[in-house]
Amino acid sequence: MGRYVVRRLLQMVPVFFGATLLIFLMVNVMGDPIAGLCGDRACDTATAAQLRREFGLDKPLWRQYATYLGNVFTGDFGTAFNGRPVLELMASAFPVTLRLTVVAILFEIVVGITLGVVTGLRRGRPVDTSVLVLTLVVIAVPTFVTGLLLQLLLGVRWGWIRPSVSPDATLGELIVPGLVLASVSLAYVTRLTRTSLVENRRSDYIRTAVAKGLPRRRIVVRHLLRNSLIPVVTFIGTDIGALMGGAIVTERIFNIHGVGYQLYQGILRQNTQTVVGFVTVLVLVFLAANLLVDLLYAVLDPRIRHA
Amino acid sequence: MRGVARARWAAGAAVVLLALAACGGGASDRGGRVLTSSWGDPQNPLEPSNTNEVQGGKVLDMIFRGLKRYDPKTGKAENMLAERIETTDSRHFTITVKSGWTFSNGEPVTARSFVDAWNYGASLRNNQKNAHFFSYIEGYDKVHPETGPQTADTLSGLKVTGPRTFTVTLRQKFSTFPDTLGYVAFAPLPRAFFTNRSAWLDKPVGNGPYVVESYTKGAQMTLRKWDAYPGPDKARNDGVTLIVYTDSNTAYTDVLAGNLDLVDDIPAGQLKNVRTDLDGRYINTPAGILQTLVFPHYDPQWRTSGARKVRIGLSMAINREQITRTIFRGTRTPATDWTSPVLGTDGGYKPGLCGSACRYDPAAARRLIQEGGGLPGGQVRITYNADTGSHKQWVDAVCHSINNALGNDKACVGEPVGTFADFRNRIGRHRMTGPFRAGWQMDYPLIQNFLQPLYYTNASSNDGKWSNKTFDRLVDQANAESDTARAIRLFQQAEEVVRDDMAAIPLWYQNGSAGYSARLHDVTLNPFSVPVYDRIRVG
Repeated sequence: MGRYVVRRLLQMVPVFFGATLLIFLMVNVMGDPIAGLCGDRACDTATAAQLRREFGLDKPLWRQYATYLGNVFTGDFGTAFNGRPVLELMASAFPVTLRLTVVAILFEIVVGITLGVVTGLRRGRPVDTSVLVLTLVVIAVPTFVTGLLLQLLLGVRWGWIRPSVSPDATLGELIVPGLVLASVSLAYVTRLTRTSLVENRRSDYIRTAVAKGLPRRRIVVRHLLRNSLIPVVTFIGTDIGALMGGAIVTERIFNIHGVGYQLYQGILRQNTQTVVGFVTVLVLVFLAANLLVDLLYAVLDPRIRHA
Repeated sequence: MRGVARARWAAGAAVVLLALAACGGGASDRGGRVLTSSWGDPQNPLEPSNTNEVQGGKVLDMIFRGLKRYDPKTGKAENMLAERIETTDSRHFTITVKSGWTFSNGEPVTARSFVDAWNYGASLRNNQKNAHFFSYIEGYDKVHPETGPQTADTLSGLKVTGPRTFTVTLRQKFSTFPDTLGYVAFAPLPRAFFTNRSAWLDKPVGNGPYVVESYTKGAQMTLRKWDAYPGPDKARNDGVTLIVYTDSNTAYTDVLAGNLDLVDDIPAGQLKNVRTDLDGRYINTPAGILQTLVFPHYDPQWRTSGARKVRIGLSMAINREQITRTIFRGTRTPATDWTSPVLGTDGGYKPGLCGSACRYDPAAARRLIQEGGGLPGGQVRITYNADTGSHKQWVDAVCHSINNALGNDKACVGEPVGTFADFRNRIGRHRMTGPFRAGWQMDYPLIQNFLQPLYYTNASSNDGKWSNKTFDRLVDQANAESDTARAIRLFQQAEEVVRDDMAAIPLWYQNGSAGYSARLHDVTLNPFSVPVYDRIRVG
C-alpha cells in the first residue's frame, strides 16, 4: 500500500511539470499582456518597457518558465497585474470554491445515490421511469440555463434566496449555487448507481445472500450497494477536480468570488501568473483526488489490493 | 473490517475539517442611510496616477478632490482646492491652494501634497499608467525618457514657492491646462502614501467627501461619509458600499430583487425591459465617450489619392440611426461630429459638423467608393475584440449596412480578436490592414482631449498614424490662444480637417446608464458615466 502511494506520487511529478508548461505556453501564445493595461489607448513606450522588465516578460520564454518554477518552489506564485500577490488571490478564492464543491459533492452523494438506489430497486416502475426522464432533462439543459432560471424564480420572483452570494459566501448561501453546479453530475450519479445496482442484483453472491435468508436491508446496503458503488466513486472522485475548475459559469451567475472568477479575470486580462498558478493548484487537486479514489477501491472491494 | 472502520474515521475527520473551513464571516449589515452599489475589480493598484479605468476612478472620485472639479451636470471645470491659477503667457502658471483643506487623517493639503504627487506620477520608476498626463510639464523627458534610464527624479517645471503656492512651467503653450487639472491623476497625496505605500493601498486615504472604512480587495469596499469634510459637496448619505460583481447581469438581478441599490451598467440584454422592470428608476444620460472606426493610415492601400473618398463612402453606408435604435435601444446617439454632447456647444461640441458625410446615403456611398477606386482588396475587415462590450453585434450590423448599401454580400466582414490585450497589441504593432473599432473615453471635458491625443502627428493615442500639417498647426494655435472662445473655434477648424480627410469614421456618442432601487433619490451620472454618489439621498 505504502509503496503504491509513493509510486503514484512520483508519477505526479512529470504530470505537474507537463501541465504547468502547457498552460504557460498557452497563455503566452495569446501575446503581450501589457498592451491591454492602458485601456483604449497605447501605453507609453517607456512605462510599457519598464512593466515588461518588472514582470520578466522581456526574457525568452524558457527563462520565464524556469524563473516561474523556481519561484513556485519557494512559495512565490508571482504578482497579478493589479499588484496583488497570486498567493493572496488563492487564499481568498480557494476556500470559497472548496465550500461550493463540498456542497455540490454532498448533493451528488446524498441525492444522487439515494435516487439511484430507489430507481435501481424499482426498475421499470413509474418511479424509475419518471426519475430517468427527469435526469435526461437535467443533463440536456445547460448549467447556465438552470442557474439563471433558479436565480430568477427563487431570487427575484419568490424572494426565497438572495440572487447573489455575499463576499463571505457562507454555506447557507451556497446551497442553491451548489445544487446548480451539481445538477448534471447528480443526474449521472443517479444513472450510474441505478445501472450498477441493476447489474449486481442478478449476481451470484446476492442470490446466495437472499437464499441465506438475510434481511433485505442488509443485502442492499452491505452486499449490493457496496459493490455497486465502485464506478460511482470513480466518477465522483474525478468530479471533484472538474467541479473546482469548472465552476466558472456558476460562479459568474451567482457572483461568487472563487477560483472560476479569478481564472476568468486572469484569462481576460491575460495574466500569466494568475492563470498558471491557479491551474497548477487545480492540477494538484485533480491528481490528489484521483489517488484518493484509487485507494478507496480497496476499501469498497476487498478483492482489490494495492501492491 | 478494521480497514473500513479506519476509512470511516478518516472520512468523518475530513468532513469536520471542511465544515470548520466553511465557518467564519457573518452577514454584512445594511441600514441607516448607506447605499450599496455595483463595482468591478480595479485593474490597477488604486493610486491616482495609475488608475485609468472607470471602476478605480469611481473610488478615487469619492475619496479625492483636486484643484479643479468638473461640474457633475455641465462638465465645466470649477475651482475646488484651487484658490486661483494665474498665467500671463499660457506657459507659466502660479497655483494657489485654498487654506483649510486637510486629508481625512488630519494632514493639511499643501502645495507640496500636489507637487510630490505629480512628481511621483511622472517618474518612470513608479510605472504609473497615467504618467503621460504630466508630459506637458517641463522636465518630463528627464524623469520619463522614451528610452534609457531617467536622469532626474523630479520635474524641473514644478516649484513649491510657499506653503500654499507652487509654479508650473509647461514645455509649450497650453491655455486650457488649468481645466485639465480636474483629472484624477492630478490629485494631491498625503505623506502617508510616500512613507508606506502598501499600507496606503490597503486602505487609501484622501481628501474627498468619503473615507474608506474597510477594503477587501477583489470583493468589497465600505466607504463612510467624512463628517469633517471641508468642501462644499458634502455627502448627502451616510456611506456607500461597493460590491464587486463579475457579471453586470447578476448586479441587475440583485437590484430587481431589492438586494442592491444601484447598478451603473445595464447589461445590453436587459435594455428592452429595463423601463418596465425598474418602473422608471432608470437613467440614460450622455457620457464623454465616442465610438469610431479608425483607419490604418500607415497602410499604403489607405493612403492612395482615392482612399479619402472610400472612407467617406463607408461612413455614408452606415445606417447609424437604425443601429443605435435597434441594437443599443437608445443608449447611443448617432454621431455628427468628433467630440461629445457633454462638452456643450460652448465647450466645442458642434452637432452636424460632419455634415452629409455622416448621413446614411447608400447611393452616394456606392458612387464615392467607386470613384475612389473601390474597397482596397475588394473587402473591408473591421477588427474588434470579442471578449468584452458585446462589440460583435454592432460590428456585424455595421457590415450588414455597408453590404446592403454596396449591394455586395462580401464587401464588409467582422474580424474578431480573442482578447482585448491581443487586440491592443495588434493595433500597437501597426499591422492592421483595415478599419478597427476605437472607443475614446475623455479624460477631461475639453475639445482638445477629443482631438489632440487622437489625431495630432505621433500623438499618444493616434493609433491610425494619421498625420496632417494643417491639423497640427491649428491645434498648436488653439493651445497658444488664451481666449477660450477663439481657442475652441480653432479646434473646430482642426476638426474640419479631420472631417475632410475622414481620418476616422465617427459612429455614435455613448451614454451612461444606471438603474436603482426605490430607496434612492437624486441619482445622476456625471459626464464620465460615474454615479454622483455624494448627491444621492437614501430613504
